[in-house]
Amino acid sequence: MQKKIPTREAYGNTLAEIGCDERIVVMDADLSKSTKTVIFKEKYPERFFNMGIAEANMMSAAAGIASCGKIVFASTFAMFASGRAFEQVRNSICYPQLDVKIGASHSGITVGEDGASHQTIEDIAIMRVLPNMTVVSPADAVEARFATIAAYKTPGPFYLRLTRLAVPVIFDETYKFELGKGVTLKEGNDVTIIATGFMVSKSLEAVDILKQEGINVRLINIHTIKPIDKDIIIKAAKETGAIVTCEEHSVMGGLGSAVAEVLVENYPVPMKRVGIMDKFGKSGKPDELLEMYGLTPKDIVENVKELLKKR
Amino acid sequence: MYEMRLSELRRYSTIIRKHIIEEVYHAASGHPGGSLSCADIITVLYFDEMRVDAKNPGWEDRDRFVLSKGHCSPALYGALAEKGFFPKEELLRFRHIDSYLEGHPSMKMVPGVDMSTGSLGQGISAAVGMAIAGKLDKKDYYVYVLLGDGEIQEGQVWEALMSAAHYKLNNLIAFLDHNRLQIDGNITEVLSPEPVEEKFRAFGWEVINIDGHDHEQIINAIRKAKTVVDKPVMIVADTIKGKGVSFMENNADWHGSPPNKEQRDKAIAELDKLLAEMEGR
Repeated sequence: MQKKIPTREAYGNTLAEIGCDERIVVMDADLSKSTKTVIFKEKYPERFFNMGIAEANMMSAAAGIASCGKIVFASTFAMFASGRAFEQVRNSICYPQLDVKIGASHSGITVGEDGASHQTIEDIAIMRVLPNMTVVSPADAVEARFATIAAYKTPGPFYLRLTRLAVPVIFDETYKFELGKGVTLKEGNDVTIIATGFMVSKSLEAVDILKQEGINVRLINIHTIKPIDKDIIIKAAKETGAIVTCEEHSVMGGLGSAVAEVLVENYPVPMKRVGIMDKFGKSGKPDELLEMYGLTPKDIVENVKELLKKR
Repeated sequence: MYEMRLSELRRYSTIIRKHIIEEVYHAASGHPGGSLSCADIITVLYFDEMRVDAKNPGWEDRDRFVLSKGHCSPALYGALAEKGFFPKEELLRFRHIDSYLEGHPSMKMVPGVDMSTGSLGQGISAAVGMAIAGKLDKKDYYVYVLLGDGEIQEGQVWEALMSAAHYKLNNLIAFLDHNRLQIDGNITEVLSPEPVEEKFRAFGWEVINIDGHDHEQIINAIRKAKTVVDKPVMIVADTIKGKGVSFMENNADWHGSPPNKEQRDKAIAELDKLLAEMEGR
């Protein structure tokens, strides 16, 4: 059985790991047990600030702290980080380019039983349009740790998209993470799947199924949605001629759109986007939701085959 | 000696008011009314109270000032130019394409601006953050923040007030520029935030009420605020929107409209007359 860890847990553990740097300040909006910033809080209580259920104030206050030479990790659910506090993130953090790192947990529909009000399927779209913002969506706990360290080491605003659900660990400690660089996980020349976040592990399963049917898929993990790795996308378009994107996010504005933007201006090829089709989520178990919203390996396989038929 | 200091501050306020008129006139846009109402508070802060160094705007031990009502940038820019943070000639290029004097203050562009503001309600939160950082680093600097009385209709302001009291930020001193007018009219007619003092007290702040155009009262209020040990302090400053220019006073129409040539000349003449009287000419 594959080991499963929520990326938010890796985030909390990593904050505690890098917390020896006294410039690091962690803030939360009454969700520290859920976002796992509580792990940092237990180790460094003097540098942890609970700002209560007031995300707008938290984001602007984070900017104020960062303006005094600190590196601030501000955490809440993706819904409130990207939605409720959007304008604070824009005007207080991104415009002055301050060192605020937003740890946004509970992204996507795999939030599960809490339902549509908490299932953020728009945050990649919202955050990637902000000038000065870096957007990273880690695939597993190992990548989430590297992404958290990258956030710490990279000057300026940073959005880390994290999951509530325990997701399969697909990388080991030898994995090399480079901010802004996509990772080719499977070589193939028939078609390319470009996935991000939790959907990378689902795509790995899809690649295996397709292989048995004689289709050799190239699988690329795009952890850094912004700045996106144009080269790896263009190369895949040239060498495989068709691209399927895969994300636990609306098909509008997210990874699919980001990849499409690169392709239309550089090397257009037939494309399909697997994601949430412009609708809200609902309550249910994560696996049931993935099935209902068409995000299973089987759905990815079908999309790949449809695209290949059209080509 | 003290009288001399006060008269010097009054003179600076009048000079800053002249800058405000010139900035807004040359930009043919901007916010004269609220800039004029807060000119005396900003004067006392920059010319009497705050520990700042124009040669080292990023000095980490400096006192901070956040203009939460960022649209009143003409007043702040006037003070910063007079302090020597940038050349006074730049004021005439306020809001111009080739100037760094943005319509609303940008900390990345304007020397001496401690926080980018403009979207109402966010500056007070940023000031809370700066005060938290000051406590963390055991620094003795103060964070000053200026709010508009229309601005406090923003819910974020009350989130910020709650957090400042919770963290006992006695290194945070706020001013409410209580001129009672916002773009659409009287604040009590648009959406009343009154009674403000009771609300601030209920949110855990120490409240001091003053005449926001009386330099001595402003100085004394800050002195008193610094004796408070376990709370942030709100200085509710009763002010007149458009203060110092007769035809702009108490008229919401001057919230965001620039004067034309004739109006500019009249305003400058009034302020020059005041300056001449102060200088005993």
